[in-house]
Amino acid sequence: MQVPANFEYEKATTVEETLALLARHGDEARVVAGGHSLLPMMKLRLAQPEALIDINDVAELARIRIEGGMLCVGALVRHAELLDSPVAGEHFPILHDAERVIADPVVRNRGTVGGSLCQADPSEDLSAAFGALKASAVIRGPDGERTVSLREFHTGPYETVVEPGELLIELRIPIRPGVGGGGPPSGGRYQHGSAYEKVERRVGDWPLAAAGAALWLEGGRIADAGIGLTAVRAEHFVAPEAEEVLRGAVPSEEVFAEAGRVAAEHCDPGSDQRGPADYKRHLAGELTTRALRRAYGRSQA
Amino acid sequence: MSASGPNGHGPNGHGGPNGHHGFGRVARKEDARFIRGQGNYVDDIKLPGMLYGAILRSPHAHARLLSVDTAAAEAHPQVRAVITGETLAGLNLAWMPTLSNDVQAVLATDKVRYQGQEVAFVVAETHYAARDALELIDVDYEALPPVVDARTALDDGAPLIRDDVEGRTDNRIFDWEAGDAEQTGRVFDDAEVVIAQDMLYPRVHPAPLETCGIVADMDKVTGKLTVHTTTQAPHAHRTVYALVAGLPEHKIRVVSPDIGGGFGNKVGIYPGYVCAIVGSIVTGRPVKWMEDRSENLMTTSFARDYHMRGEIAATRDGRIRGLRVEVLADHGAFNGTAQPTKFPAGFFHVFTGSYDIEAAHCAVTGVYTNKAPGGVAYACSFRITEAAYLVERMIDLLAAELGTDPAELRLRNLLRAEQFPYSSPTGWEYDSGDYPRTLRTAMDIAGYDELRAEQADRRARAADAREDGPLMGIGISFFTEAVGAGPRKHMDILGLGMADGAELRVHPTGKAVLRISVQTQGQGHETTFAQIVAHELGIPVDDVDVVHGDTDQTPFGLGTYGSRSTPVSGAATAVVARKVRERARIVAGAMLEADPEDLEWTPGRWIVRGDPSSGATMQEIAMAAHGSLELPDGVEGHLDATTVYNPPNLTYPFGAYIAVVDVDPGTGKVTVRRFIAVDDCGVRINPMIVEGQVHGGLADGVGMALMQVMAFDEDGNHLGASFMDYLLPTSMECPSWELGETVTPSPHHPLGAKGVGESATVGSPAAIVNAVVDALHPYGVRHADMPLTPANVWRVIQGRPFRTDLAIQ
Amino acid sequence: MNITVTVNGQPCTRDVEPRLLLVHFLRDELDLTGTHWGCDTSNCGACVVWLDDVPVKSCTVLAVMASGREVRTVEGLERDGELDPVQKGFSECHGLQCGFCTPGMMMTSRWLLDRSPDPTEAEIREALSGQICRCTGYENIVRSVRWAAEHPAEKPEEVTP
Repeated sequence: MQVPANFEYEKATTVEETLALLARHGDEARVVAGGHSLLPMMKLRLAQPEALIDINDVAELARIRIEGGMLCVGALVRHAELLDSPVAGEHFPILHDAERVIADPVVRNRGTVGGSLCQADPSEDLSAAFGALKASAVIRGPDGERTVSLREFHTGPYETVVEPGELLIELRIPIRPGVGGGGPPSGGRYQHGSAYEKVERRVGDWPLAAAGAALWLEGGRIADAGIGLTAVRAEHFVAPEAEEVLRGAVPSEEVFAEAGRVAAEHCDPGSDQRGPADYKRHLAGELTTRALRRAYGRSQA
Repeated sequence: MSASGPNGHGPNGHGGPNGHHGFGRVARKEDARFIRGQGNYVDDIKLPGMLYGAILRSPHAHARLLSVDTAAAEAHPQVRAVITGETLAGLNLAWMPTLSNDVQAVLATDKVRYQGQEVAFVVAETHYAARDALELIDVDYEALPPVVDARTALDDGAPLIRDDVEGRTDNRIFDWEAGDAEQTGRVFDDAEVVIAQDMLYPRVHPAPLETCGIVADMDKVTGKLTVHTTTQAPHAHRTVYALVAGLPEHKIRVVSPDIGGGFGNKVGIYPGYVCAIVGSIVTGRPVKWMEDRSENLMTTSFARDYHMRGEIAATRDGRIRGLRVEVLADHGAFNGTAQPTKFPAGFFHVFTGSYDIEAAHCAVTGVYTNKAPGGVAYACSFRITEAAYLVERMIDLLAAELGTDPAELRLRNLLRAEQFPYSSPTGWEYDSGDYPRTLRTAMDIAGYDELRAEQADRRARAADAREDGPLMGIGISFFTEAVGAGPRKHMDILGLGMADGAELRVHPTGKAVLRISVQTQGQGHETTFAQIVAHELGIPVDDVDVVHGDTDQTPFGLGTYGSRSTPVSGAATAVVARKVRERARIVAGAMLEADPEDLEWTPGRWIVRGDPSSGATMQEIAMAAHGSLELPDGVEGHLDATTVYNPPNLTYPFGAYIAVVDVDPGTGKVTVRRFIAVDDCGVRINPMIVEGQVHGGLADGVGMALMQVMAFDEDGNHLGASFMDYLLPTSMECPSWELGETVTPSPHHPLGAKGVGESATVGSPAAIVNAVVDALHPYGVRHADMPLTPANVWRVIQGRPFRTDLAIQ
Repeated sequence: MNITVTVNGQPCTRDVEPRLLLVHFLRDELDLTGTHWGCDTSNCGACVVWLDDVPVKSCTVLAVMASGREVRTVEGLERDGELDPVQKGFSECHGLQCGFCTPGMMMTSRWLLDRSPDPTEAEIREALSGQICRCTGYENIVRSVRWAAEHPAEKPEEVTP
């Protein structure tokens, strides 16, 4: 078997302690939680951190809660926990859609939401899902806490705004007044629906392309829309031009198709063994349309 | 016919007592250890003082080796030896013979010829330290242009890969043909319909879940080398080690413990094995070497890689007259195919399949490329996978051209029962079959007419309403295999004739121990072979133990691959048990004071003919044979017997498979909705195990048809070097298999049995591809190469297919 | 580093390098070779064990991460000499051939049945979808898990204090 090179190992139990350990070990330290992205890289010796700071015991990062009108998902929440979370699914079914197709059930028991986002793989599903939902990321460092829109979180393949010495704390998604997909009407203004569509070569594989859609409707029109795309080199994993097509429109097959066309136009997929660029571009459009159709259906349920 | 349902199982098992006396659904003896985590695989072996090996491999596909600096690695405190090509050259071991009359580098000395080729071997105190030390070896390469695309290997000016062979000027390995070219040409010349199609059976890998490995243990005092290794052919390995290393063969013991799947991957001898043996000789301590998964996929026996051009000739009313094929076979950098020596393309020339065809001809050209060696592996029955795929695709192309239902076209051309034994135009002697019955059975289980009606209905609705739903496809494959090599006069591996021994001892209390040469990798030999003995001797299955996987304890034979265990060793077991039974008859005659000729056999007993009250059980006879009973002259006492079985012919299992798929035209995604498999492998000794073998092969078919492939980029980089990119089917892509059976016994096998281990792997890919092509019929699609990934299918719909063996552009 | 992992109920203390993978800790340090490995990339599932009551791929967990925690392996399925229904089911329904994926498959199956005692075929297939079997085509594995669901272990009688 492939095995990692040696490193120093530290275990943290609080965010504060994690930050202190990061400060002490400097740039060559890496935070590890599920380890399902980092350890394979270390086995290949493509990553050789000098120190690993294990945050699996940092309980404060492992919660899903609603606070201040927002769904807050801790960075240490396991994929399986997000998938099992009724509150997440009730408000944002896209999260359940996406989690159901991330890796496999056993990997989901271990891999974390924060780990996936910080790994920033260009084919990461959650980047598109949280991007569609216009989530924000809470990051804490030696100088305190800052909040960054997920649409500014990724700075390139495998790169994020999280600086050495900083730690991703949680993701926050605003719950706008209204009804969630499938939930009972609560007299609010918005009807909301969201969905995620992915094509992979096989169950458990990374996406060839995937699209997430979130719709907020008011008075029969689309008040706001979010579209996330992954594996197609969409800037920041989103398709703002397609969102623009939707905003203010009356939902219809035609408008969803047009949004798909625009989304496909504005991404820049490359060819690899998962598929050629033209196919991925086609998928970006097709899956955007399908996700919108399903999100809309949910908003009306 | 019987279709097995979910209630078809239910032997009372978990390794508990079993009073069963013969054939049937007997729970497996081997399960008791596996379900407790008590299997004993090579990597579970830990010997006192054992060291660990690791291999440094070439990052280049083709490069000159300028220097290998091992000083830093040797200085590592936990390293005990670093072995290079130069070290081995000093021992005359830098090259080893392959199973195809070629040589292969053990550790490179002059050039590296594929990515992942072995360059140096480190032996260290721990597995982790050995891996660390690889990072300390400094190798200087001069990169050379590689030959990646087999179709350019013979071009003028193509880089010469095998400049180690004196006088070689190109990359051609062989040209070989079978069948009558002239006669076939005449048939094609006056045929009413001729269709041609290029198709690729891509390079795939057997990828057993356990990788290959070895623990080599050289005892310097006794001079005895014991190797515990993942081998499907322990005796063949022993002889090859003797020939390669010059070690006396009686001082070599090959032990094959539990094997975590083989599928052909564990037939050959790999450089790592030789390195570990040398490591043990050099250090005087046992050395373990286990491949990691990337090493397994990148360097050990791949399979297929056949670039084929098929042509079929027929009458307008659908009678097939001729079949012709040209093959370009990519063998990689060394010709290491494991096949019976006389046939460089294995058994590919059985490509006329199940049909009554007047004339056929195939021409195969083997070429070197800068890829790992291999070619014959992965449950291929020596290339019948490629042959069956070719003919079954050609039949569907013909059906599409003629506008005939593919089932109807097959029924019109299948060999009829009365034609057996059948001599094929390429020289095969099919033993037995009733093909139309088997195809009709599959069609009945599938509800073929209803499926076609559903498809027509869906197509009509799609045409009317431009409905966007999935496209439905139905695909048929009818295959005939030729398995159970030899006979030895026609088939040998490195001069070792393909015949296998069996020894049967019956202890005084009537308990039996069978020793066989073949090696299970999951096929359940400990159960099936015990059932054969139990059946022949009339004793409980639990009273028979099967010994295998240790050359010091078992008779010589060539091992398990090519579906040969039951056809060859199963026959040997029946024959040796019958010998025991005949001895028992003589002893019983003495016991019963009767002429042995006057005795008759009833299960478990010899009785005086017509008098069941006067008889002796096997147990009584065994005790008497070991006792003081006065035996007739010429009988030395004891019942033990040995035999070597040299099969008179191959066995010819066959089957009819039907796949039903749905294709999403918007994404290209294929879903296998149903899969019906009716196999005829003659008499089934343990139907439960037979069905399990079929299930596994059907999953292989899903894998190869839809996802498994090893492609290479223009630099010769392997693009499927881990399970992240070399995709194997999961429980989600496999439907619940629907099995049926017909039974046409083999006339020449003592039990009427035929091999079945590879049938489903051979037969299923064509059914799925045919189904997908059928689904895409409305788009005018007539062919698509495997694997039918979503991207590939979408591009095929667009009329712009890509090469699946190269980097996708 | 000195770590203590409770494996199948037994606390096991060893001095290990931080980089030691849990699968190697189990196999090489504790000689629990029932847990196998088949890839390096957490794709095959041969190495599945329970870590604090959930199945994980032990090729991608550091042994040090398991310190202070509970691990359950295939060797811990059998209780008081009685096979787990999952073990019986795999033998009963021919759910294994080479046996290499079997321990991992059984560990996930046990977990599934604990959460969902009467799973559908689709649920079983999904639960096992991160684990590769090269022999069985999954058919008899699914049947084995169903068998186990239909033949649950008898609950030990509660002892009144």
